[in-house]
Amino acid sequence: MNSAKYVLGKALRMISLLIALCLVSFILVKNSPIDPVQAYIGADMMRVSEEQRELIAENWGLDKPPIEQFFSWAGAIVQGDFGTSMIYREPVIEVIGQRFAASLALMGVAWVLSGIFGFLMGIIAGMNRGKLIDRAIKWYCLTLAATPTFWLGLILLIIFAVWLGWFPIGMGVPVGVLSEHVSISEKLYHLILPALTLSIVGVANIALHTRQKLLDVLESDYVLFARANGESGLGLVWQHGVRNIALPAVTLQFASFSELFGGSVLAEQVFSYPGLGQATVSAGLRGDVPLLLGIVLISAIFVFSGNLIGDIICSVVDPRIKEDRSSV
Amino acid sequence: MNIKNNISNLQHSNLSEQSQYLSGTSRNDLLVVENLSVSFIQYQSGMKQRNLEVICDLNVNVRSGEVVAIVGSSGSGKSLLAHAILGILPSNAKVSGTMIYNGQALTGERQKAIRGSEISLIPQSVNYLDPLMKVGEQVQNTIKTKDAKVRQQQIFQRYQLSKAAGILYPFQLSGGMARRVLVATAVSGGAKLIIADEPTPGLHPEVVAETLSHLKELADQGCGVLMITHDIEAAMKIADRIAVFYAGTTVEVAPIEDFTNTGEALRHPYTKALWKALPENDFTPIPGFQPTPADLPSGCLFEPRCQLRTAACGAGKPEMAELRGGQVRCIHAT
Ligand code: SF4
Repeated sequence: MNSAKYVLGKALRMISLLIALCLVSFILVKNSPIDPVQAYIGADMMRVSEEQRELIAENWGLDKPPIEQFFSWAGAIVQGDFGTSMIYREPVIEVIGQRFAASLALMGVAWVLSGIFGFLMGIIAGMNRGKLIDRAIKWYCLTLAATPTFWLGLILLIIFAVWLGWFPIGMGVPVGVLSEHVSISEKLYHLILPALTLSIVGVANIALHTRQKLLDVLESDYVLFARANGESGLGLVWQHGVRNIALPAVTLQFASFSELFGGSVLAEQVFSYPGLGQATVSAGLRGDVPLLLGIVLISAIFVFSGNLIGDIICSVVDPRIKEDRSSV
Repeated sequence: MNIKNNISNLQHSNLSEQSQYLSGTSRNDLLVVENLSVSFIQYQSGMKQRNLEVICDLNVNVRSGEVVAIVGSSGSGKSLLAHAILGILPSNAKVSGTMIYNGQALTGERQKAIRGSEISLIPQSVNYLDPLMKVGEQVQNTIKTKDAKVRQQQIFQRYQLSKAAGILYPFQLSGGMARRVLVATAVSGGAKLIIADEPTPGLHPEVVAETLSHLKELADQGCGVLMITHDIEAAMKIADRIAVFYAGTTVEVAPIEDFTNTGEALRHPYTKALWKALPENDFTPIPGFQPTPADLPSGCLFEPRCQLRTAACGAGKPEMAELRGGQVRCIHAT
């Protein structure tokens, strides 16, 4: 009963968020300097006459008032019709589907790696508060937090791909090989550098957060009492520390989907990795309005799902929150 | 690390003087605390630091089989005494003085080895339990032997805690249950010295009575119980002796029998005033406030509020002196 209420509440929030997002994106695009007709015609602009352009505009309903345009667009979206991408000349939903799969692999690897390493770094730093290792980790994280992803990507690319030649310079697959002939290992090989870039940046947040949480826990009354009961060292951190900081860390990691997505946009651009991030940049630069709006909506759902999963895990695992919900 | 070294150093340097310090205490003392001081370094504006003495020259001793209560007002740093005995003060604390447990100096190493087993703490509240660990598991954690689970269940039974109580989380415990779990945790390691820190804060009268009876029972079984409390009435119900804590030190240690009538048997003006301030006695409040650690009077700590003060009282801190089967820190005590 209460779980149903909880899910319903979340769903309502998601829907209202999406509606607001549609509205804002629509207004932004409407007021942007992008002329959809011009974007559609592209380089053939010189060969298309004024009348033809007006015809296209009329055909698309661009002569109608903005409100009407919005509703006809939103109506199509509701039915799952995101329109056709102008640059790929394919339905938006298909473009996003293919791209998303590639991005998901990249983001997934980076997400897991940064989660595990960030958590470990946070624990090591917190346990050695004030010592050299703690200061080193803190310095690393704070420096990284200020490092642009694309810059780090370029550095890695220069060192590992150009100088050392260990990894390919870019792209998601080898050049000149038919897509059905690309093996999994080749795909993975192309994934390593961009994933590494994302993970190296991604650890900062989770490590600093975990460190702070561990410090709080170590100063708590229950750790004091555990020490009074003869617990100490690693055993104490394992028993009480990890138990109490794992949940917030997992929640944070799920909530970091937005940064992950933002990072992948930049990393994919640097590595010419054919993911959703790269499609976003192309769509933006070349005025592919249907694709851009589609990506905005899909990425919003993606980020929202991350937060939702974090919330759900928290409430399923943490006995206090579980109790809270069932006693409401 | 710091505390440990401090304690052991001091104890080494003081060891030779032990016999002199211990003159007033008997041989069957389980715990002797002599001239214990706890201070923290506080950083002020600029590079200035100062030493904030929260506990200063505190003396108390506990024998096996008795309950000694340390009574003092809330927030006056009494808990730090418990933490100092267990060796779990924060790392920026400085400790000096002598602590002797079972005839031997209680060094940092020894504290580490025996806390949770020989010496244990009954904490103030359920906040001292790990919020994400089932309470049964937490009790098992403090039992170092292999049969932890069986022992935990036996101890739970002894404190009328059902088997099902073991799988509850701390936040699910009722007030009375929480108290029993805390006591169960403390006794599970087979402690000989039990330090109860504020065991009766804002509880129902029945829960207070139950908790006190548990403490008394432990003393009757041969444990030494040190009860740190602000509640003099609760202390009087079970304590054999009461040590009165004022502004970071003990100003008097008196047998419980002295707390009768108008308090004429009591030794220190503060103790007498405290006794008179009780609702069932005169209910006369003591004028003034306890000084904070940051601005202690240079002479007798009670001087600013004392009605018996003379010029000599401000000259220096009175030493703890034996008087009529108790101890007192007042130059005019009779
Ligand atoms: S020493 Fe003097 S001021 Fe202090 S309690 Fe005794 S009489 Fe009062």
